[in-house]
Amino acid sequence: MQSEKLRSDTEPVIECRKLWKIFGNDADHAMDAIRSEGLTKEDVLKHFGCVIGVQDVSFSVNEGEIFCVMGLSGSGKSTLIRHLNRLIEPTAGEVWIEGENIGTLSPTGLRELRASKMGMVFQNMALMPHRTVRENVAFALEVRRHDRKVRFEVADKAIEIVELIGWGDRYPDELSGGMQQRVGLARAIAADPHFLLMDEPFSALDPLIRRQLQDQFMQLAKEMKKTTLFITHDLDEAIRIGDRIAIMREGMLVQVGTPEQIVMEPNDSYVADFVAGISKLHLVTAARIMESMTDYEEQTGPLSKSGLLTAYPDDTLDRLAELSIDTDAPLIIEEDGKSIGVVTKKALIRGIQGRLHDTTGVS
Amino acid sequence: MNDDSAFSPLDPFQYLDLGIADWADGIKQWATANRGTIQPVKHFLNDSINSVENVFQTVPPTVMIVLLTLLAWQLSGRRVAIIVCISLVALGLLDPGAWALAMTTLAIVLCSVIMCLVIGFPLGVLAAKSDRFQAAVRPVLDTMQTIPAFVYLVPVVMLVGIGNVSGVIVTIVFAVPPLIRLTALGIRQVNQSVVEAARAFGASPSQIMLKVELPLAMPTIMAGVNQAIMLSLSMVVIASMIAVKGLGNEVLRAMGRLDAGKAIVGGLGIVILAIVLDRITQGVTRSGRERGYRHWWQGGPTGLIFAILDACKRTKQHDEANQHEQTRLRKVKQEQGGE
Repeated sequence: MQSEKLRSDTEPVIECRKLWKIFGNDADHAMDAIRSEGLTKEDVLKHFGCVIGVQDVSFSVNEGEIFCVMGLSGSGKSTLIRHLNRLIEPTAGEVWIEGENIGTLSPTGLRELRASKMGMVFQNMALMPHRTVRENVAFALEVRRHDRKVRFEVADKAIEIVELIGWGDRYPDELSGGMQQRVGLARAIAADPHFLLMDEPFSALDPLIRRQLQDQFMQLAKEMKKTTLFITHDLDEAIRIGDRIAIMREGMLVQVGTPEQIVMEPNDSYVADFVAGISKLHLVTAARIMESMTDYEEQTGPLSKSGLLTAYPDDTLDRLAELSIDTDAPLIIEEDGKSIGVVTKKALIRGIQGRLHDTTGVS
Repeated sequence: MNDDSAFSPLDPFQYLDLGIADWADGIKQWATANRGTIQPVKHFLNDSINSVENVFQTVPPTVMIVLLTLLAWQLSGRRVAIIVCISLVALGLLDPGAWALAMTTLAIVLCSVIMCLVIGFPLGVLAAKSDRFQAAVRPVLDTMQTIPAFVYLVPVVMLVGIGNVSGVIVTIVFAVPPLIRLTALGIRQVNQSVVEAARAFGASPSQIMLKVELPLAMPTIMAGVNQAIMLSLSMVVIASMIAVKGLGNEVLRAMGRLDAGKAIVGGLGIVILAIVLDRITQGVTRSGRERGYRHWWQGGPTGLIFAILDACKRTKQHDEANQHEQTRLRKVKQEQGGE
């Protein structure tokens, strides 16, 4: 349930500030030209032969939050996530991790950051075919020269968490796709990192397995409370998993917000097109579609509350529909024992359609 | 008009002599002049080759066959071991002198291949890591592989003198290019997403090389080693022109005397050696997993030994357990008797 999700108000632990990535030999000149002359993507390609991967991206992720970056292929989301552990160096801008500008880290410091604080999961799994599952999972610890016994113990624990007990001595190619990605996940969490970087981890799997892994991941995320940056091209997945979602298009973030905000208040037609097909049933709450008590009573006169069903502001449309299935009367929304609003059947149906406070009919 | 002196644009090369051959002949003079400086290296190499050859010659043929068969079994499996055993017996049966000659050739080839590895492997790694080095080394490798051996035979002899050391040098020139190429190719072909994953988990460049790139490139590198061995063997006849002994020398001498029989014996000897070395090295690239076990020591003769030891341990434990049980029973009986 969305409403149960953690909405942390703590300090941001990941911060991207005005991040740019331009691919090409002449990237620095292109960057200067963009700054001084405001060239567009097409101009840059024409004059410098450079491609813009990430364009002036700023965002921050709070501790314990699952932050989804959603975009179609080529939108620069995989490029963006690789800036967070400097697998890709930015052309301009800064990345701050736990109050530290990682652009200033020495190679050793950077490796230490990657090995101890970051766990990454890849779309194509990227497991090492010559190593057993256990050796793969223990890789981050091996890199930090923990001895064999310690790292295998830790690896076995991670293997247990992803429910692959008994597969530790197998090789990756003996496992199915879903199991391989669970190994990828185990490898990412084995070193007990602060952050998880998930680069389209479930995209290559078939729908049923994907759903299973999403559930498993959400369960894990709830238990481990790891700050996660989750890349996906699937809006349904982003909405299921993310506490907040950033929509990315042509290297830019076009909207950042909670799933509910994204679905109900799309910034532009691009986002609107995306969310058009998304079911609002489990996403939108009563608080968003209700009319306030005073407004309602002004229009229709005093309302007798006896015999009317009540709901809470956090209830989803699905729940409201369930309640009002046998009655034509409006629902009363209560908070702390006080009636604060009313949801009429019309408002409910409009809400399910995705139109807010639309009382004038078809627009 | 005198035809000789007229310059014709249609055939200009008749009248242009840049004197490249004379200039190149200078290499010979340079080689002769620098003989002294190369001597310590030469002596070291010569001693190494001789000691390897001595070992091979002193081990009795039967023991050698058993050892090589066991080695083949361990590295490449039972089937290859049988092929190796049969081939080696056939080699010995070719001619009473063939075994000794073959061991000399084997020593030379082994030394050449070890030198090839020492030189070729680091260069291959370098070529994989640096595009510029790769581009620079490629024409050199092309030249080494295609230039006729006779061309560099003379300068090498001038520099080092005749004998095994020059033989090994000449062999290396011909045999090392595929090893460098295939090492570079193998490393370059490693799946970049796996390398990226290793980086993402904090591996240093050397860890990436040792833990990811080299293991994954190993089949290709081993193909390079295999090629180096095969090309080394194909050089033995030419090497024998500069007084390298062994099967090649036999073929060369037979050729001089138009003795087809001896030539065939020598030639077949080389072929059999080639088969033996090829099968063993090719088998190495097959992972243990393809053969049904997980670690190298679980297969072949060592696997057998481990299995036997394991069985002994188990029967011993079984016996101990039996003894324990019997003493317990005896005690119980005594106690009962006491009452």
